[in-house]
Amino acid sequence: MRASRVIPLVAALVLTGAAVLADAPQRVVSVNLCTDQLGLMLASPGQLISVSKLAHDPESSSMADAAQSLPVNGSGAEEVFLLNPDLVLAGTFTADATVQMLRDLGIRVELFAPASSLADVPARIAQMGVALGRQSEARAMIDAFNAELAELSKAPPRRPRAALYYVNSYTMGDRTLAGDILRAGGFDNVASEAGMTYGGTLFLEQLVMLSPEVIVQGRDYPGQARAEDNLEHPALARLTNSRVAGTLTDRDWICGTPMVLNAVREMRDLRLSMEQD
Amino acid sequence: MRLGLILGTLVFTLFVGALVSGYANASFTESLRALFVDDGTPLTVVMRDIRLPRALLAVMIGAALGMSGAAMQGYLRNPLAEPGLIGVSGAAALGAVLAIQTGLSASFALALPISALAMSVLGVLLILALAGPRGASITLILAGIAISALASALTSLVLNLSPNPFAAADIVFWMMGSLADRSFTHVWLALPFMLVGWGLLFSLGRGLNALTLGEDAAEAMGIRLPAMRLRLILGVAACVGAATAVAGAIGFVGLVVPHLLRPLVGARPSALLWASALGGAAMVLAADIAVRELLPDRDLKLGVLMALVGAPLFLHLIFKTRKEFA
Repeated sequence: MRASRVIPLVAALVLTGAAVLADAPQRVVSVNLCTDQLGLMLASPGQLISVSKLAHDPESSSMADAAQSLPVNGSGAEEVFLLNPDLVLAGTFTADATVQMLRDLGIRVELFAPASSLADVPARIAQMGVALGRQSEARAMIDAFNAELAELSKAPPRRPRAALYYVNSYTMGDRTLAGDILRAGGFDNVASEAGMTYGGTLFLEQLVMLSPEVIVQGRDYPGQARAEDNLEHPALARLTNSRVAGTLTDRDWICGTPMVLNAVREMRDLRLSMEQD
Repeated sequence: MRLGLILGTLVFTLFVGALVSGYANASFTESLRALFVDDGTPLTVVMRDIRLPRALLAVMIGAALGMSGAAMQGYLRNPLAEPGLIGVSGAAALGAVLAIQTGLSASFALALPISALAMSVLGVLLILALAGPRGASITLILAGIAISALASALTSLVLNLSPNPFAAADIVFWMMGSLADRSFTHVWLALPFMLVGWGLLFSLGRGLNALTLGEDAAEAMGIRLPAMRLRLILGVAACVGAATAVAGAIGFVGLVVPHLLRPLVGARPSALLWASALGGAAMVLAADIAVRELLPDRDLKLGVLMALVGAPLFLHLIFKTRKEFA
């Protein structure tokens, strides 16, 4: 171990003294939008003491209401350390420097990988349950999730072709959470026809040539950007056999929490409304 | 006249080439057939609503930029005067970004080209004020660097302050320019301003010819320089403003094209004006075909290609100018 690592570690040990990790952490700070929401759902009252800034934004977080009573943090190591947490919940994409700094300071940091499929959701719930010492609550949540997902994703009589089409002509393939939501909602993703399994650029020309029955667009962000022009291109309106399914609530599509069921339900309802047409 | 025929044929060929290049896999004849006959297939939508406006914009923007370069070089009698290099395109981009970010263009579509035009007027005025009537290379380039730097810094600032998470990614578009996914909306936005700009610049021909003999001689021949200067400013601003408002700042067209064509028109500025319009159209069309054929899945920006071709020529011109003054 390098000397630069040893010094803060020793300092941290002195600071925390001989404190023994209790079974369940008492002061939990979340620095990631997805762990914010999962934490809010599973933590016992008072266990979670701070959430990330985005958690208060109702456009980004499905749990914004529940988060209002908690103070937000800017996810920086200094700010988080001063909250004196015994557990920090972060994403695997949280800045390495922040995570390493907190660990050097002797704080336990639990990293959650972003979900890339609906099957990842129970795994994340279980991980959160263990981290917070709330295993039985987590188990109940997983059972409810699996039951509702099975109910929502019953095989449809016909699978319409759909495209996810975001700002800058970005799309999501089958091996992404959004793609999996689309599949569970009973749609076939045209990104597969274009040879895309993960996320990528689906050029407007490609999209038009694929002419899916439904074009699901992401949310409209505040302010203006030229990058959003692709969502309003006149060619989309000319596609007579396609239906542009405006803005679906983005927040339920991002994080691997039970809230994804809202997105699956929204897609299933969209498909059912098409069957009636 | 022969040059006109050659350039005209080149533009036409490249125009057809631009119409048949893209991401959709369709043969040459299929594509053109879908353009003329609406058979209800998606290919017709691709041809009419995506590729046709894109190719038209390439022609319009290329002509506007080529002509602007030729006119400014004729007026300042300096081959380095190019809208991109001297900061006029950068100023236009700032104007466009301001119109978009203030929400003005959302409530009133014409605010976009008008704001870009207003900022380019400011840019041209600044350049002419700083470079003086003779447009000495060193002042011209230094003034251009200053105006470009200021304009691009302000553009970045405005986009960074935007509440939209994607606005910052737009910086590349405004600095390098692209025709990706432009539509007829943009054609109609730019066309009226460009028509006015082309008309104004074209009317400069006789004056520019006279200016080659020097200002005194030109005035003796009945050329009113202040009026000519006004038409130049408005013409360049209308052309560059409209082009930049819809496609971002595309540099070097006005430098490369007049440079290549000047020997072919016997260095007559009036002939260079229309030749550069055709040449510019050909160059932007060719570049827009290249960005789609070379790296089809990367959305390469036009400005990258232009700089690869234009920057070496720019260096060459600086080297030549240096020798002249040494």
